[in-house]
Amino acid sequence: MTEMAGEVRAAAAPVAARPVAGLSKAVAGWLQAAPLAAILLAFLVAPIAMIVVVSFWKATEFSIIPAFSFENYEFLFGSPVTYRVFLATFKYALVTWAATLAIGFTVAYYLAFHIRSQTVQIALFLLCTIPFWTSNIIRMISWIPFLGRNGIANQALIDWGLIDAPLEWLLYSDFAVILAFVHLYTLFMVVPIFNTMMRIDKSLLEAARDNGASGFQTLVHVILPLTKPGIMIGTIFVVTLVMGDFITVRFMSGSQKANVGRLISNDIGLLQYPSAAATAVVLLCTVLIVIGILLRFVNIRKEL
Amino acid sequence: MEPRPTSFYFLTGFFALFVLFLYGPTITIGILSFQGPEGGLTFPMRGVSLNWFRELFQEQAVGDIWGAFRRSFALGLMVMVTTVVISVMAGLAFRKRFPGAGLLFYLAIASLVIPSILVSLGVGLIFTQLGLKIHWTTSGFGSQLTWTLPFGLLIMFAVFNRFDKSYEEAARDQGATAWQTLRHVVIPIIAPSLLGVALFGFTLSYDEFARTLLTAGSYNTLPLEIFGMTTNVTTPVIYALGTLTTLFSFLVIGAFLLAVWVMGKRRARHGSDAGKGV
Repeated sequence: MTEMAGEVRAAAAPVAARPVAGLSKAVAGWLQAAPLAAILLAFLVAPIAMIVVVSFWKATEFSIIPAFSFENYEFLFGSPVTYRVFLATFKYALVTWAATLAIGFTVAYYLAFHIRSQTVQIALFLLCTIPFWTSNIIRMISWIPFLGRNGIANQALIDWGLIDAPLEWLLYSDFAVILAFVHLYTLFMVVPIFNTMMRIDKSLLEAARDNGASGFQTLVHVILPLTKPGIMIGTIFVVTLVMGDFITVRFMSGSQKANVGRLISNDIGLLQYPSAAATAVVLLCTVLIVIGILLRFVNIRKEL
Repeated sequence: MEPRPTSFYFLTGFFALFVLFLYGPTITIGILSFQGPEGGLTFPMRGVSLNWFRELFQEQAVGDIWGAFRRSFALGLMVMVTTVVISVMAGLAFRKRFPGAGLLFYLAIASLVIPSILVSLGVGLIFTQLGLKIHWTTSGFGSQLTWTLPFGLLIMFAVFNRFDKSYEEAARDQGATAWQTLRHVVIPIIAPSLLGVALFGFTLSYDEFARTLLTAGSYNTLPLEIFGMTTNVTTPVIYALGTLTTLFSFLVIGAFLLAVWVMGKRRARHGSDAGKGV
Protein backbone atom coordinates (compact mmCIF):
# COMPACT_ATOMS: atom_id res chain seq x y z
CA MET A 1 0.00 0.00 0.00
CA THR A 2 2.68 2.47 1.00
CA GLU A 3 4.76 1.33 -1.93
CA MET A 4 1.92 2.12 -4.30
CA ALA A 5 1.44 5.52 -2.76
CA GLY A 6 5.13 6.16 -3.21
CA GLU A 7 4.93 5.15 -6.84
CA VAL A 8 2.01 7.43 -7.47
CA ARG A 9 3.77 10.36 -5.85
CA ALA A 10 6.99 9.69 -7.72
CA ALA A 11 5.08 9.27 -10.97
CA ALA A 12 3.25 12.51 -10.53
CA ALA A 13 6.31 14.55 -9.75
CA PRO A 14 8.16 14.57 -13.09
CA VAL A 15 4.98 15.32 -15.07
CA ALA A 16 4.08 18.30 -12.96
CA ALA A 17 7.60 19.61 -12.77
CA ARG A 18 8.69 19.27 -16.37
CA PRO A 19 8.61 22.98 -17.25
CA VAL A 20 10.98 23.79 -14.38
CA ALA A 21 13.05 20.61 -14.59
CA GLY A 22 16.17 22.27 -13.22
CA LEU A 23 14.46 23.55 -10.12
CA SER A 24 12.58 20.31 -9.42
CA LYS A 25 15.83 18.42 -9.74
CA ALA A 26 17.39 20.72 -7.18
CA VAL A 27 14.43 20.29 -4.84
CA ALA A 28 14.57 16.49 -5.21
CA GLY A 29 18.30 16.65 -4.52
CA TRP A 30 17.76 18.77 -1.43
CA LEU A 31 15.08 16.43 -0.11
CA GLN A 32 17.32 13.41 -0.57
CA ALA A 33 20.30 15.16 1.00
CA ALA A 34 18.24 16.62 3.86
CA PRO A 35 18.66 13.76 6.38
CA LEU A 36 22.45 13.78 5.95
CA ALA A 37 22.55 17.55 6.22
CA ALA A 38 20.31 17.53 9.30
CA ILE A 39 22.46 15.00 11.15
CA LEU A 40 25.70 16.77 10.27
CA LEU A 41 24.21 20.09 11.38
CA ALA A 42 22.90 18.72 14.68
CA PHE A 43 25.80 16.47 15.63
CA LEU A 44 28.78 18.11 13.96
CA VAL A 45 28.27 21.79 13.18
CA ALA A 46 26.24 22.67 16.28
CA PRO A 47 28.59 20.82 18.67
CA ILE A 48 31.63 22.53 17.15
CA ALA A 49 29.89 25.89 17.43
CA MET A 50 29.03 25.05 21.03
CA ILE A 51 32.67 24.24 21.76
CA VAL A 52 33.75 27.57 20.30
CA VAL A 53 31.16 29.37 22.46
CA VAL A 54 32.04 27.48 25.64
CA SER A 55 35.75 28.12 25.09
CA PHE A 56 35.00 31.74 26.13
CA TRP A 57 33.06 30.70 29.23
CA LYS A 58 34.31 30.48 32.79
CA ALA A 59 34.29 27.52 35.12
CA THR A 60 34.00 27.01 38.84
CA GLU A 61 34.66 23.68 40.49
CA PHE A 62 31.09 22.55 39.97
CA SER A 63 29.64 24.37 37.00
CA ILE A 64 30.34 26.38 33.90
CA ILE A 65 29.24 30.00 33.58
CA PRO A 66 28.45 31.82 30.35
CA ALA A 67 30.89 34.68 29.83
CA PHE A 68 33.03 36.29 27.19
CA SER A 69 36.51 35.88 28.50
CA PHE A 70 39.82 35.08 26.87
CA GLU A 71 41.04 33.56 30.13
CA ASN A 72 41.13 30.01 28.79
CA TYR A 73 43.14 30.99 25.74
CA GLU A 74 45.47 33.19 27.77
CA PHE A 75 46.13 30.31 30.11
CA LEU A 76 46.57 27.89 27.22
CA PHE A 77 49.03 30.02 25.26
CA GLY A 78 50.79 31.16 28.43
CA SER A 79 51.64 27.68 29.58
CA PRO A 80 54.83 25.98 28.39
CA VAL A 81 53.04 22.63 28.74
CA THR A 82 50.84 23.51 25.77
CA TYR A 83 53.77 23.96 23.41
CA ARG A 84 55.44 20.79 24.64
CA VAL A 85 52.27 18.79 24.18
CA PHE A 86 51.58 20.20 20.71
CA LEU A 87 55.14 19.37 19.74
CA ALA A 88 54.70 15.80 21.04
CA THR A 89 51.48 15.53 19.03
CA PHE A 90 53.25 16.59 15.83
CA LYS A 91 56.05 14.16 16.59
CA TYR A 92 53.60 11.26 16.95
CA ALA A 93 51.88 12.28 13.74
CA LEU A 94 55.11 12.59 11.77
CA VAL A 95 56.70 9.33 12.90
CA THR A 96 53.44 7.39 12.49
CA TRP A 97 52.93 8.93 9.06
CA ALA A 98 56.39 7.91 7.87
CA ALA A 99 56.01 4.36 9.17
CA THR A 100 52.47 3.81 7.87
CA LEU A 101 53.41 5.26 4.49
CA ALA A 102 56.45 3.00 4.11
CA ILE A 103 54.56 -0.11 5.19
CA GLY A 104 51.28 0.80 3.50
CA PHE A 105 52.88 1.63 0.17
CA THR A 106 54.89 -1.60 0.13
CA VAL A 107 51.85 -3.71 0.99
CA ALA A 108 49.63 -1.96 -1.58
CA TYR A 109 52.35 -2.26 -4.23
CA TYR A 110 52.69 -5.98 -3.55
CA LEU A 111 48.93 -6.53 -3.74
CA ALA A 112 48.40 -4.42 -6.83
CA PHE A 113 51.36 -5.43 -8.99
CA HIS A 114 52.68 -8.76 -7.76
CA ILE A 115 49.49 -10.75 -7.21
CA ARG A 116 48.25 -12.05 -10.53
CA SER A 117 45.01 -13.79 -9.60
CA GLN A 118 42.15 -11.44 -8.84
CA THR A 119 40.62 -13.84 -6.31
CA VAL A 120 43.88 -14.05 -4.35
CA GLN A 121 44.16 -10.27 -4.58
CA ILE A 122 40.70 -9.75 -3.07
CA ALA A 123 41.34 -12.38 -0.39
CA LEU A 124 44.65 -10.82 0.70
CA PHE A 125 43.14 -7.33 0.60
CA LEU A 126 40.33 -8.48 2.89
CA LEU A 127 42.90 -10.09 5.18
CA CYS A 128 44.44 -6.63 5.59
CA THR A 129 41.12 -4.84 6.14
CA ILE A 130 39.37 -7.21 8.57
CA PRO A 131 41.18 -5.89 11.69
CA PHE A 132 39.76 -2.44 10.86
CA TRP A 133 36.30 -3.80 11.69
CA THR A 134 37.34 -5.07 15.10
CA SER A 135 37.78 -3.15 18.33
CA ASN A 136 40.71 -0.73 18.61
CA ILE A 137 40.71 -1.01 22.38
CA ILE A 138 41.08 -4.79 22.26
CA ARG A 139 43.83 -4.44 19.67
CA MET A 140 45.69 -2.12 22.05
CA ILE A 141 45.20 -4.45 25.00
CA SER A 142 46.55 -7.32 22.95
CA TRP A 143 50.01 -5.74 22.90
CA ILE A 144 50.41 -6.19 26.67
CA PRO A 145 51.51 -9.84 26.62
CA PHE A 146 53.89 -9.00 23.80
CA LEU A 147 55.55 -5.85 25.11
CA GLY A 148 55.28 -6.26 28.90
CA ARG A 149 58.25 -6.59 31.22
CA ASN A 150 57.94 -10.38 31.11
CA GLY A 151 56.35 -10.31 27.67
CA ILE A 152 57.18 -12.30 24.57
CA ALA A 153 59.53 -9.68 23.10
CA ASN A 154 61.68 -9.39 26.23
CA GLN A 155 61.74 -13.17 26.79
CA ALA A 156 62.81 -13.78 23.21
CA LEU A 157 65.56 -11.15 23.35
CA ILE A 158 66.90 -12.60 26.60
CA ASP A 159 66.75 -16.15 25.26
CA TRP A 160 68.69 -15.11 22.19
CA GLY A 161 71.29 -13.51 24.44
CA LEU A 162 70.81 -10.06 22.93
CA ILE A 163 70.00 -8.40 26.26
CA ASP A 164 70.63 -9.35 29.89
CA ALA A 165 67.75 -7.57 31.59
CA PRO A 166 64.24 -6.88 30.26
CA LEU A 167 63.90 -3.66 28.28
CA GLU A 168 61.73 -1.23 30.21
CA TRP A 169 60.81 0.97 27.26
CA LEU A 170 58.81 -1.56 25.27
CA LEU A 171 55.49 -0.97 26.97
CA TYR A 172 54.30 2.36 28.42
CA SER A 173 56.55 4.50 26.26
CA ASP A 174 56.59 6.55 23.05
CA PHE A 175 57.70 3.39 21.31
CA ALA A 176 54.54 1.55 22.41
CA VAL A 177 52.32 4.50 21.44
CA ILE A 178 53.74 4.70 17.93
CA LEU A 179 53.71 0.94 17.50
CA ALA A 180 50.01 0.92 18.37
CA PHE A 181 49.31 3.82 15.99
CA VAL A 182 51.05 1.98 13.16
CA HIS A 183 49.21 -1.20 14.07
CA LEU A 184 45.82 0.54 14.08
CA TYR A 185 46.17 2.95 11.18
CA THR A 186 48.42 1.43 8.48
CA LEU A 187 45.24 0.17 6.88
CA PHE A 188 44.19 3.78 6.19
CA MET A 189 47.27 4.04 3.96
CA VAL A 190 46.92 0.63 2.31
CA VAL A 191 43.35 1.08 1.10
CA PRO A 192 43.58 4.44 -0.74
CA ILE A 193 47.03 3.67 -2.17
CA PHE A 194 45.86 0.25 -3.37
CA ASN A 195 42.77 1.91 -4.85
CA THR A 196 44.79 4.38 -6.94
CA MET A 197 47.34 1.73 -7.94
CA MET A 198 44.60 -0.53 -9.29
CA ARG A 199 43.53 2.24 -11.63
CA ILE A 200 46.97 2.71 -13.17
CA ASP A 201 46.80 1.64 -16.81
CA LYS A 202 48.99 -1.47 -17.05
CA SER A 203 50.09 -0.46 -20.56
CA LEU A 204 52.01 2.44 -18.98
CA LEU A 205 54.12 -0.08 -17.09
CA GLU A 206 54.71 -2.05 -20.29
CA ALA A 207 55.68 1.12 -22.09
CA ALA A 208 58.19 1.92 -19.36
CA ARG A 209 59.66 -1.56 -19.62
CA ASP A 210 59.78 -1.48 -23.42
CA ASN A 211 61.73 1.72 -23.18
CA GLY A 212 64.28 -0.01 -20.99
CA ALA A 213 63.23 1.10 -17.49
CA SER A 214 64.21 -1.24 -14.67
CA GLY A 215 61.61 -2.40 -12.17
CA PHE A 216 62.86 0.18 -9.69
CA GLN A 217 62.83 2.99 -12.26
CA THR A 218 59.24 2.12 -13.19
CA LEU A 219 58.33 2.25 -9.52
CA VAL A 220 59.91 5.65 -8.92
CA HIS A 221 59.09 7.39 -12.20
CA VAL A 222 55.74 5.88 -13.18
CA ILE A 223 53.95 4.25 -10.25
CA LEU A 224 54.92 6.67 -7.48
CA PRO A 225 53.76 9.86 -9.25
CA LEU A 226 50.49 8.21 -10.31
CA THR A 227 49.87 7.01 -6.75
CA LYS A 228 50.23 10.45 -5.16
CA PRO A 229 46.48 11.09 -4.73
CA GLY A 230 46.10 7.82 -2.81
CA ILE A 231 49.09 8.68 -0.67
CA MET A 232 47.56 12.09 0.09
CA ILE A 233 44.21 10.62 1.14
CA GLY A 234 45.96 8.07 3.34
CA THR A 235 48.09 10.86 4.81
CA ILE A 236 45.02 12.93 5.69
CA PHE A 237 43.45 9.96 7.45
CA VAL A 238 46.54 8.96 9.41
CA VAL A 239 47.59 12.48 10.40
CA THR A 240 44.12 13.51 11.58
CA LEU A 241 43.50 10.26 13.43
CA VAL A 242 46.82 10.52 15.26
CA MET A 243 46.45 14.23 16.02
CA GLY A 244 42.96 13.78 17.42
CA ASP A 245 43.75 10.66 19.42
CA PHE A 246 43.75 10.55 23.19
CA ILE A 247 43.01 6.98 24.09
CA THR A 248 45.96 5.27 22.39
CA VAL A 249 48.43 7.66 23.99
CA ARG A 250 46.83 7.22 27.38
CA PHE A 251 46.66 3.45 27.23
CA MET A 252 49.94 2.61 25.52
CA SER A 253 51.99 5.08 27.57
CA GLY A 254 50.38 4.05 30.84
CA SER A 255 49.36 7.72 31.27
CA GLN A 256 53.03 8.76 31.22
CA LYS A 257 52.95 10.65 27.93
CA ALA A 258 50.66 13.39 26.72
CA ASN A 259 49.29 14.72 23.48
CA VAL A 260 46.68 17.40 22.82
CA GLY A 261 43.81 14.92 22.96
CA ARG A 262 44.85 13.89 26.46
CA LEU A 263 45.07 17.53 27.52
CA ILE A 264 41.42 17.86 26.48
CA SER A 265 40.30 14.61 28.07
CA ASN A 266 42.09 15.48 31.34
CA ASP A 267 40.23 18.79 31.51
CA ILE A 268 36.99 16.97 30.81
CA GLY A 269 37.80 14.57 33.63
CA LEU A 270 38.16 17.57 35.95
CA LEU A 271 34.90 19.05 34.60
CA GLN A 272 36.86 22.06 33.29
CA TYR A 273 34.80 22.20 30.10
CA PRO A 274 35.68 25.79 29.05
CA SER A 275 39.38 25.01 29.28
CA ALA A 276 38.85 21.73 27.39
CA ALA A 277 36.86 23.61 24.76
CA ALA A 278 39.60 26.20 24.25
CA THR A 279 42.19 23.46 23.75
CA ALA A 280 39.77 21.70 21.40
CA VAL A 281 39.36 24.86 19.31
CA VAL A 282 43.13 25.24 18.97
CA LEU A 283 43.46 21.55 18.08
CA LEU A 284 40.70 21.86 15.50
CA CYS A 285 42.36 24.87 13.87
CA THR A 286 45.68 23.05 13.78
CA VAL A 287 44.14 19.96 12.18
CA LEU A 288 42.23 22.05 9.63
CA ILE A 289 45.38 23.96 8.67
CA VAL A 290 47.26 20.70 8.18
CA ILE A 291 44.43 19.31 6.03
CA GLY A 292 44.19 22.56 4.08
CA ILE A 293 47.84 22.20 3.18
CA LEU A 294 47.43 18.53 2.23
CA LEU A 295 44.28 19.17 0.17
CA ARG A 296 46.19 21.48 -2.13
CA PHE A 297 47.75 18.33 -3.54
CA VAL A 298 44.63 16.28 -4.27
CA ASN A 299 40.99 16.42 -5.39
CA ILE A 300 39.29 13.83 -3.19
CA ARG A 301 36.06 13.52 -5.15
CA LYS A 302 37.88 12.56 -8.33
CA GLU A 303 39.67 9.75 -6.58
CA LEU A 304 36.76 7.58 -5.45
CA MET B 1 53.55 -17.24 -17.30
CA GLU B 2 56.75 -15.31 -16.95
CA PRO B 3 58.96 -16.15 -13.98
CA ARG B 4 58.58 -14.15 -10.76
CA PRO B 5 61.22 -11.47 -10.14
CA THR B 6 63.33 -11.76 -6.99
CA SER B 7 61.49 -8.79 -5.53
CA PHE B 8 58.32 -10.92 -5.48
CA TYR B 9 59.76 -13.27 -2.86
CA PHE B 10 61.12 -10.41 -0.82
CA LEU B 11 57.75 -8.64 -0.87
CA THR B 12 55.88 -11.84 -0.06
CA GLY B 13 58.02 -12.14 3.06
CA PHE B 14 57.28 -8.52 3.93
CA PHE B 15 53.56 -9.06 3.43
CA ALA B 16 53.61 -12.19 5.61
CA LEU B 17 55.33 -10.21 8.38
CA PHE B 18 52.72 -7.46 8.02
CA VAL B 19 49.88 -9.95 8.41
CA LEU B 20 51.64 -11.45 11.44
CA PHE B 21 51.97 -7.92 12.85
CA LEU B 22 48.24 -7.34 12.28
CA TYR B 23 46.97 -10.59 13.73
CA GLY B 24 49.77 -11.77 16.04
CA PRO B 25 48.73 -9.79 19.14
CA THR B 26 45.07 -10.77 18.73
CA ILE B 27 46.02 -14.43 18.45
CA THR B 28 48.28 -14.06 21.50
CA ILE B 29 45.46 -12.85 23.74
CA GLY B 30 43.26 -15.55 22.22
CA ILE B 31 45.71 -18.15 23.54
CA LEU B 32 46.24 -16.39 26.86
CA SER B 33 42.51 -16.22 27.55
CA PHE B 34 42.70 -19.98 28.17
CA GLN B 35 45.16 -19.44 31.05
CA GLY B 36 44.80 -21.68 34.08
CA PRO B 37 43.22 -20.14 37.21
CA GLU B 38 46.67 -19.16 38.57
CA GLY B 39 47.88 -17.71 35.26
CA GLY B 40 48.71 -14.06 34.71
CA LEU B 41 48.59 -11.53 31.89
CA THR B 42 51.70 -12.85 30.14
CA PHE B 43 53.24 -16.18 29.23
CA PRO B 44 54.01 -18.79 30.50
CA MET B 45 50.66 -20.54 30.49
CA ARG B 46 49.93 -21.99 33.92
CA GLY B 47 47.70 -24.77 32.76
CA VAL B 48 44.82 -24.55 30.32
CA SER B 49 41.28 -23.78 31.45
CA LEU B 50 38.02 -22.06 30.64
CA ASN B 51 38.22 -20.36 34.01
CA TRP B 52 38.29 -16.78 32.67
CA PHE B 53 35.41 -17.33 30.29
CA ARG B 54 33.40 -18.79 33.19
CA GLU B 55 34.20 -15.71 35.23
CA LEU B 56 32.83 -13.51 32.45
CA PHE B 57 29.48 -15.21 32.72
CA GLN B 58 29.26 -14.62 36.47
CA GLU B 59 27.55 -11.26 36.64
CA GLN B 60 29.09 -10.00 39.89
CA ALA B 61 32.72 -10.64 38.99
CA VAL B 62 32.98 -7.88 36.41
CA GLY B 63 30.67 -4.97 35.55
CA ASP B 64 27.53 -5.17 33.47
CA ILE B 65 29.16 -6.74 30.43
CA TRP B 66 26.09 -8.42 29.02
CA GLY B 67 23.99 -5.30 29.38
CA ALA B 68 26.76 -3.38 27.63
CA PHE B 69 26.89 -5.98 24.87
CA ARG B 70 23.13 -5.79 24.35
CA ARG B 71 23.26 -2.00 24.15
CA SER B 72 26.19 -2.04 21.73
CA PHE B 73 24.43 -4.61 19.57
CA ALA B 74 21.18 -2.63 19.48
CA LEU B 75 23.01 0.62 18.82
CA GLY B 76 25.04 -1.08 16.06
CA LEU B 77 21.82 -2.17 14.34
CA MET B 78 20.27 1.29 14.69
CA VAL B 79 23.36 2.96 13.26
CA MET B 80 23.61 0.35 10.49
CA VAL B 81 20.06 0.82 9.20
CA THR B 82 20.22 4.61 9.46
CA THR B 83 23.60 4.73 7.73
CA VAL B 84 22.42 2.61 4.80
CA VAL B 85 19.20 4.58 4.24
CA ILE B 86 20.72 8.04 4.60
CA SER B 87 23.83 7.19 2.57
CA VAL B 88 21.76 5.89 -0.35
CA MET B 89 19.53 8.96 -0.28
CA ALA B 90 22.53 11.27 -0.11
CA GLY B 91 24.30 9.28 -2.84
CA LEU B 92 21.28 9.77 -5.11
CA ALA B 93 21.12 13.45 -4.21
CA PHE B 94 24.76 14.04 -5.15
CA ARG B 95 24.14 12.57 -8.62
CA LYS B 96 21.72 15.45 -9.25
CA ARG B 97 24.36 18.10 -8.51
CA PHE B 98 22.00 20.22 -6.39
CA PRO B 99 23.10 23.69 -5.26
CA GLY B 100 25.04 23.38 -2.02
CA ALA B 101 26.32 19.91 -2.90
CA GLY B 102 29.93 20.98 -2.61
CA LEU B 103 29.41 22.43 0.84
CA LEU B 104 27.62 19.32 2.09
CA PHE B 105 30.37 17.12 0.68
CA TYR B 106 33.07 19.05 2.49
CA LEU B 107 30.99 18.91 5.67
CA ALA B 108 30.90 15.12 5.39
CA ILE B 109 34.66 14.99 4.85
CA ALA B 110 35.11 17.33 7.83
CA SER B 111 33.08 14.86 9.87
CA LEU B 112 35.71 12.21 9.10
CA VAL B 113 38.75 14.26 9.98
CA ILE B 114 37.54 16.25 12.97
CA PRO B 115 38.94 14.62 16.11
CA SER B 116 36.32 12.33 17.66
CA ILE B 117 36.75 13.83 21.10
CA LEU B 118 35.46 17.17 19.77
CA VAL B 119 32.22 15.58 18.62
CA SER B 120 31.93 13.82 21.95
CA LEU B 121 32.60 16.99 23.95
CA GLY B 122 30.39 19.23 21.81
CA VAL B 123 27.39 16.91 21.75
CA GLY B 124 27.75 16.35 25.49
CA LEU B 125 27.83 20.11 26.12
CA ILE B 126 24.80 20.81 23.94
CA PHE B 127 22.71 18.11 25.57
CA THR B 128 23.63 19.28 29.07
CA GLN B 129 23.01 22.96 28.31
CA LEU B 130 19.66 22.24 26.66
CA GLY B 131 18.69 20.07 29.61
CA LEU B 132 18.31 16.99 27.43
CA LYS B 133 19.09 13.57 28.83
CA ILE B 134 22.38 12.16 27.58
CA HIS B 135 21.61 8.63 26.48
CA TRP B 136 23.20 6.16 24.10
CA THR B 137 20.04 6.03 21.95
CA THR B 138 19.99 9.80 21.40
CA SER B 139 23.29 11.64 21.86
CA GLY B 140 25.36 8.47 21.46
CA PHE B 141 23.45 7.45 18.33
CA GLY B 142 23.85 10.86 16.66
CA SER B 143 27.55 11.12 17.52
CA GLN B 144 28.27 7.73 16.00
CA LEU B 145 26.44 8.67 12.81
CA THR B 146 28.94 11.50 12.25
CA TRP B 147 31.57 8.76 11.92
CA THR B 148 29.64 6.12 9.93
CA LEU B 149 27.76 8.38 7.48
CA PRO B 150 30.87 9.80 5.76
CA PHE B 151 32.12 6.25 5.15
CA GLY B 152 28.72 5.29 3.75
CA LEU B 153 28.71 8.38 1.57
CA LEU B 154 32.22 7.72 0.23
CA ILE B 155 31.19 4.16 -0.68
CA MET B 156 28.10 5.52 -2.46
CA PHE B 157 30.30 7.93 -4.41
CA ALA B 158 32.53 5.06 -5.48
CA VAL B 159 29.45 3.06 -6.48
CA PHE B 160 27.71 5.78 -8.46
CA ASN B 161 30.92 6.88 -10.18
CA ARG B 162 31.02 3.42 -11.75
CA PHE B 163 27.25 3.11 -12.30
CA ASP B 164 26.16 2.58 -15.89
CA LYS B 165 23.39 5.11 -16.49
CA SER B 166 22.05 3.25 -19.52
CA TYR B 167 20.27 0.76 -17.22
CA GLU B 168 18.21 3.59 -15.79
CA GLU B 169 17.60 5.09 -19.21
CA ALA B 170 16.42 1.71 -20.46
CA ALA B 171 14.01 1.42 -17.53
CA ARG B 172 12.70 4.93 -18.12
CA ASP B 173 12.31 4.34 -21.85
CA GLN B 174 10.13 1.34 -21.04
CA GLY B 175 7.89 3.53 -18.94
CA ALA B 176 9.19 2.94 -15.41
CA THR B 177 8.56 5.77 -12.97
CA ALA B 178 11.42 7.30 -11.00
CA TRP B 179 10.50 5.24 -7.95
CA GLN B 180 10.18 2.01 -9.98
CA THR B 181 13.56 2.64 -11.59
CA LEU B 182 15.12 3.08 -8.17
CA ARG B 183 13.34 0.16 -6.54
CA HIS B 184 13.70 -2.42 -9.32
CA VAL B 185 16.81 -1.33 -11.21
CA VAL B 186 19.19 0.83 -9.18
CA ILE B 187 18.87 -0.79 -5.74
CA PRO B 188 19.28 -4.40 -6.99
CA ILE B 189 22.39 -3.39 -8.95
CA ILE B 190 24.05 -1.62 -6.03
CA ALA B 191 22.86 -4.16 -3.40
CA PRO B 192 26.30 -5.73 -2.73
CA SER B 193 27.75 -2.29 -2.03
CA LEU B 194 24.87 -1.61 0.34
CA LEU B 195 25.96 -4.66 2.31
CA GLY B 196 29.37 -3.01 2.47
CA VAL B 197 27.83 0.19 3.85
CA ALA B 198 25.88 -1.88 6.37
CA LEU B 199 29.08 -3.66 7.47
CA PHE B 200 30.80 -0.31 8.04
CA GLY B 201 27.75 1.04 9.86
CA PHE B 202 27.48 -1.86 12.26
CA THR B 203 31.13 -2.56 13.03
CA LEU B 204 32.23 1.07 13.32
CA SER B 205 29.38 1.70 15.75
CA TYR B 206 29.96 -1.52 17.67
CA ASP B 207 33.63 -0.65 18.26
CA GLU B 208 33.35 3.13 18.61
CA PHE B 209 34.91 4.54 21.73
CA ALA B 210 35.81 8.23 21.57
CA ARG B 211 32.52 9.50 20.13
CA THR B 212 30.48 7.59 22.70
CA LEU B 213 32.67 8.48 25.68
CA LEU B 214 30.78 11.63 26.70
CA THR B 215 27.53 10.87 24.90
CA ALA B 216 26.48 7.44 26.19
CA GLY B 217 25.14 8.66 29.53
CA SER B 218 24.87 6.38 32.52
CA TYR B 219 24.68 3.14 30.54
CA ASN B 220 27.98 2.06 29.00
CA THR B 221 28.41 0.55 25.57
CA LEU B 222 30.76 -2.43 25.33
CA PRO B 223 33.95 -0.55 24.31
CA LEU B 224 33.43 1.86 27.22
CA GLU B 225 32.91 -1.08 29.57
CA ILE B 226 36.05 -2.79 28.28
CA PHE B 227 38.07 0.39 28.68
CA GLY B 228 36.78 0.72 32.23
CA MET B 229 38.02 -2.80 32.87
CA THR B 230 41.54 -2.00 31.67
CA THR B 231 42.03 0.31 34.63
CA ASN B 232 40.90 -2.08 37.35
CA VAL B 233 41.02 -5.65 36.05
CA THR B 234 44.42 -7.31 36.10
CA THR B 235 43.47 -10.89 35.27
CA PRO B 236 43.12 -12.69 31.93
CA VAL B 237 39.36 -12.18 32.20
CA ILE B 238 39.90 -9.11 30.04
CA TYR B 239 41.57 -11.29 27.40
CA ALA B 240 38.61 -13.66 27.52
CA LEU B 241 36.28 -10.74 26.89
CA GLY B 242 38.54 -9.42 24.14
CA THR B 243 38.63 -12.84 22.50
CA LEU B 244 34.85 -13.16 22.61
CA THR B 245 34.09 -9.73 21.15
CA THR B 246 36.75 -10.19 18.46
CA LEU B 247 35.21 -13.55 17.56
CA PHE B 248 31.83 -11.85 17.45
CA SER B 249 33.26 -9.19 15.09
CA PHE B 250 34.77 -11.90 12.87
CA LEU B 251 31.38 -13.62 12.82
CA VAL B 252 29.63 -10.42 11.73
CA ILE B 253 32.27 -9.67 9.07
CA GLY B 254 32.10 -13.28 7.86
CA ALA B 255 28.32 -13.12 7.57
CA PHE B 256 28.47 -9.94 5.49
CA LEU B 257 31.21 -11.27 3.21
CA LEU B 258 29.28 -14.50 2.77
CA ALA B 259 26.15 -12.56 1.87
CA VAL B 260 28.04 -10.56 -0.76
CA TRP B 261 29.57 -13.73 -2.15
CA VAL B 262 26.23 -15.56 -2.32
CA MET B 263 24.67 -12.53 -4.00
CA GLY B 264 27.43 -12.53 -6.61
CA LYS B 265 26.99 -16.27 -7.25
CA ARG B 266 23.22 -15.98 -7.62
CA ARG B 267 23.63 -13.07 -9.95
CA ALA B 268 26.12 -14.97 -12.08
CA ARG B 269 23.71 -17.93 -12.29
CA HIS B 270 20.45 -16.14 -12.97
CA GLY B 271 21.62 -12.96 -14.55
CA SER B 272 20.22 -9.79 -13.05
CA ASP B 273 16.61 -10.02 -11.96
CA ALA B 274 16.32 -6.26 -12.02
CA GLY B 275 12.99 -5.25 -13.43
CA LYS B 276 11.28 -8.62 -13.03
CA GLY B 277 9.23 -7.34 -10.14
CA VAL B 278 7.54 -4.63 -12.16
